[in-house]
Amino acid sequence: MLKDVRFAKSHEWISPVAGGVATVGISAYAVEALTDLVFMQLPAVGRKVKAGESIGEIESVKAVSDLYAPVSGEIVEVNTSLPDQLETLGKDPFGAGWIVKIRPDHPAEIDALLDRAAYEALIGSQPH
Amino acid sequence: MSESATSPLPRPTSLRETALCHWHAAHGGRMVDFAGWNMPVQYASIVDEHLATRSSVGLFDVSHMGRLSVTGPGALLWLESMLTRKVAGIVPGQFRYTLVTADAPTALVVLDDALVSRDTDAADGTPRMGLVVNAGNRERVVAWLRSRLPVSGVELVDHTLETAMIAVQGPSAVDVVAGLCPGDSCMRIRALGNYRGTSATVAGHAAAVSRTGYTGEDGVEVTVAARDAVAVWEAILAGAAPLGGRPCGLGARDTLRLEAGMPLYGHELLSHSDPFALGLGLAVNLEGRTFPGCTALATLKAQKPARVRVGLDLGSKRSAREGNVVLAGAGHTLAGGEVGVVTSGSFAPTIGHAVAMALVEPALAAEGSAVEIAIRDARQPARVVGLPFYRRPTGGGKPPAAG
Repeated sequence: MLKDVRFAKSHEWISPVAGGVATVGISAYAVEALTDLVFMQLPAVGRKVKAGESIGEIESVKAVSDLYAPVSGEIVEVNTSLPDQLETLGKDPFGAGWIVKIRPDHPAEIDALLDRAAYEALIGSQPH
Repeated sequence: MSESATSPLPRPTSLRETALCHWHAAHGGRMVDFAGWNMPVQYASIVDEHLATRSSVGLFDVSHMGRLSVTGPGALLWLESMLTRKVAGIVPGQFRYTLVTADAPTALVVLDDALVSRDTDAADGTPRMGLVVNAGNRERVVAWLRSRLPVSGVELVDHTLETAMIAVQGPSAVDVVAGLCPGDSCMRIRALGNYRGTSATVAGHAAAVSRTGYTGEDGVEVTVAARDAVAVWEAILAGAAPLGGRPCGLGARDTLRLEAGMPLYGHELLSHSDPFALGLGLAVNLEGRTFPGCTALATLKAQKPARVRVGLDLGSKRSAREGNVVLAGAGHTLAGGEVGVVTSGSFAPTIGHAVAMALVEPALAAEGSAVEIAIRDARQPARVVGLPFYRRPTGGGKPPAAG
């Protein structure tokens, strides 16, 4: 599954569309860079979002980070158990640590995001 | 997919490096610019580092802080004329928390908060004084002090770059450091009261050791020559590691001092701050004394402050951060009105939820007052509580004596 996910430069990943819906989370790199996660705010189901719009926040001991919609669409499901089990993000960021499911307005927006090789090149060039 | 979070060596930067900078980077330290110094904010987990300090030992490189000496026959009286805290009565081996203030035409200027100390006198009885100042204020404090010199019999030297300072904090800190010292040094370190210091040989190297710190734990700060820093650091770490001790970055230092209710220059304490409003009246002694800023301080002391420093318990995982506005809570006559601002806030690892320090109007400053904090688009309820948030179990050192 990992080979098919795409990445936003802001470290969210998004799965291929299945049944009209794509799953969104944050990368293992992002989880490790943040560390000490303590709080997460999820968006409301049914919210219409634009690509790049903040749809929630993830807070570590040190700082708050926005969670951005990688594509435009409608939030159709959120992982409500995640805020109480933030360790899941570290254990299984591409599986049980999924954050929202989104019905993309334009599924082609996903293809325009970074593939795994391009994302790994991006994080390889970052100061962390 | 997992990516190493650190590079093996510090990237070339124009930042200053402590004698331990390369050690930090080679041991997983995430290096950041702190006041112009390349410093580790954390190695792995801030929470783990914080809790290790509370339960065992944390090692902190605090070499970026400014270490100044003021020596000569006139040193004592000159510092007495420069600092808010009484210096004249200080005895060899004693430390005091003080402010460094300047007098501007209309208002007080707080240049820094600092620890002033008196080392063992020279063999001929000449006093040797020390001053530890914040990294970000070192240059302007040195410039300010120099602007008041020369004075006959007073020599000011900045030793920051030729020395290193290691804070060893936690319930086992004194045992670990004393365990690295020969008998006489070991006994002197064990006998140190709070805010007292001594010379010692630590892991075979000449050191100055003081029972001081910035974490709310018992512990010592060890100052050595820069060339000895790595050897002494590694010896202390080797002694601490079997007890669960670990190196800690500035992130844990900040959450530890927040829990301990200690102000930090640039956050609680600013150049235009009223020290009395911050609860720092202990650091200001006006009786029969003259020093830069004393007139403005006397005026402030006689006034009721507009806002005072309080603790806020959020009871939540969501943290308030510096700059968040504090509003009067529901039910108060000022409900919804802006009554203050957060100066520091974080998840507090020992407490298990978020706390903050804030400056609030006296009407809302009583313990138990209900407030709300505007955190982005949320309104987080919070309760005013006494400081500190965390007090170490008794049996450690005594609180610093007033003077």
